[in-house]
Amino acid sequence: MQERRLEGAAAGKAAGLSFDRTRNVKERIIGNLLFACAAISTLVTVGIVVVLLTESLKFFGQVSVVEFLTDTRWEPLFRDQHFGILPLATGSFLVAAGAALIALPLGLLTAVFLSEYASLRLRGVLKPLLEILAGIPTVVYGYFALTFVTPLIRVVLPGTDVFNAASAAIVVGVMIIPTVASLSEDALRAVPTALREGAYGLGATKLEVSTRVVVPAALSGVIASFILAVSRAIGETMAVTIAAGNLANLTLNPLESIQTMTAYIVSVSKGDTPQGTVEYQTLFAVGLTLFLITLAMNILSQWILARFREEYQ
Amino acid sequence: MSEGARDSMAQSSADRRRHRRSRLFAVVCGAATAVGVVALVVLLADVLVDGTGALNWSFLTSFASRFAERAGIKAALAGSVWILVLTALISFPISVAAAIYLEEYAPRNWITRLIQLNIANLAGVPSIVYGILGLTVFVRTFGLERSVISGALTLSILILPVIVMASQEAIRAVPSSIREAAYGLGATRWQVVRHQVLPMAMPGIMTGTILALSRAVGETAPLIMVGAVGFIAFTPTGVLDEFTVLPLQIYNWISRPQEEFHALAAAGILVLLALLLTMNAAAILLRNRYRTRR
Repeated sequence: MQERRLEGAAAGKAAGLSFDRTRNVKERIIGNLLFACAAISTLVTVGIVVVLLTESLKFFGQVSVVEFLTDTRWEPLFRDQHFGILPLATGSFLVAAGAALIALPLGLLTAVFLSEYASLRLRGVLKPLLEILAGIPTVVYGYFALTFVTPLIRVVLPGTDVFNAASAAIVVGVMIIPTVASLSEDALRAVPTALREGAYGLGATKLEVSTRVVVPAALSGVIASFILAVSRAIGETMAVTIAAGNLANLTLNPLESIQTMTAYIVSVSKGDTPQGTVEYQTLFAVGLTLFLITLAMNILSQWILARFREEYQ
Repeated sequence: MSEGARDSMAQSSADRRRHRRSRLFAVVCGAATAVGVVALVVLLADVLVDGTGALNWSFLTSFASRFAERAGIKAALAGSVWILVLTALISFPISVAAAIYLEEYAPRNWITRLIQLNIANLAGVPSIVYGILGLTVFVRTFGLERSVISGALTLSILILPVIVMASQEAIRAVPSSIREAAYGLGATRWQVVRHQVLPMAMPGIMTGTILALSRAVGETAPLIMVGAVGFIAFTPTGVLDEFTVLPLQIYNWISRPQEEFHALAAAGILVLLALLLTMNAAAILLRNRYRTRR
């Protein structure tokens, strides 16, 4: 950024000098205030890390990391306590995987449609609709899952639990379609028209241009959108709390009731677990696990964007 | 038939297949796009069918109740408005100031890069983690209890990165010639920001802020941790009062097994969606007006 302190140029006379001095003091105070506001964001991160770490360290003083990572049972509230994160982590991944199965292909195809096929007018209608879909509160998705999707699944597969991972996965999938579609579309549209025209000139069809030229050229952006969407699915709370149940259950069967990491955090904070107990500290250990997983995915997504971006002039 | 003619016929039938496949792909892409739109329509229809019956004047003006026919969303509606206003008051100045610093003041060094990277990462932190932070810091450490202000502070830091990034984009879109002209006339940096950059960037900043606030209004998870999920039969009169908000009240009703309460939840959702749609419409209007003016 270029130096912008040009105000000194006018400072010829003595009166001008003192005027300039108060002006400079004021400028400096404002600059510092603005910096303080920008620094608050860093403080938030520090706060999150400190809060999660201090309470988690207390937790890991009583429960070994090995037990936390390998025990296959999560039963902190039973007399015979078990603190294995696996059932919760599996629950989160089961929902995220199901959601990804729906949202990644649909989202990418939507992005291709918006960027390669849709007319400007159609795009002008579809984009706001997707924005509305993205703006619907997660608790509403939870309601939809419980009162519409679940009964539908139970008609087709009568043995399904009332609370089940599949229903949550479906609505979370719908929920993250806009994330995939909008971020992928940005990447697809950034591919220069010259590349498309070159392929058309060689006689390629629209399908060939889309799948062999445009999508490969925008691959870093597409994959980054995938990772970001899955990370959002893992962090999703309300729809899974409402629809997937609250039973820490180590299973890969999507028709059973499960509990995700996020749903567990909600269930503990709703109950009256006394502070300072190991049961209360589980909240932070699970929160830390969730935070680390989503942070790693977000960083990975940013890294892919920066590392594999194709630069076109 | 000559060799060449047979070749070209084979060629053209292969071509036809390629073009047919291409047309099919267009249909597949269109159908995939339709899935999202249809899901939106079905979701809205489901809520409308379930909720319209329970939606009436007494629903809006009654407090929550054990009896479904007497229950309403007065407390939740008032709580949501409180939270909306307070969150706006807290997050807007801080976020815009941060954006101004990053775009107009920040030197190009590692501190700036760190702040920028940090904001991008904060935007990806699950909202429930902000709930844990709010519970530990505002509710417990600061002793603010499960109050309106605890909720507003938590949501403020949740939407801070969103407003900062939207504001940065709006500020970046102000042409640098405007700044250069003002500097050339002897304006200080703050004068340039205050009188040139901010007025031009304000529509974009407002749009981003309204969208972020509508996210805050729909947020449930962090407020379950910070706020009261319990029974609230009063409207807050101060920032230290207990509160509930629309999404929490809706969640409360969804969690009950009785059908009547599900209808209440659907009616509550209709009110919440109406509120959000109004906010989004305002944001889109602002954006369009801004676009046509440039």
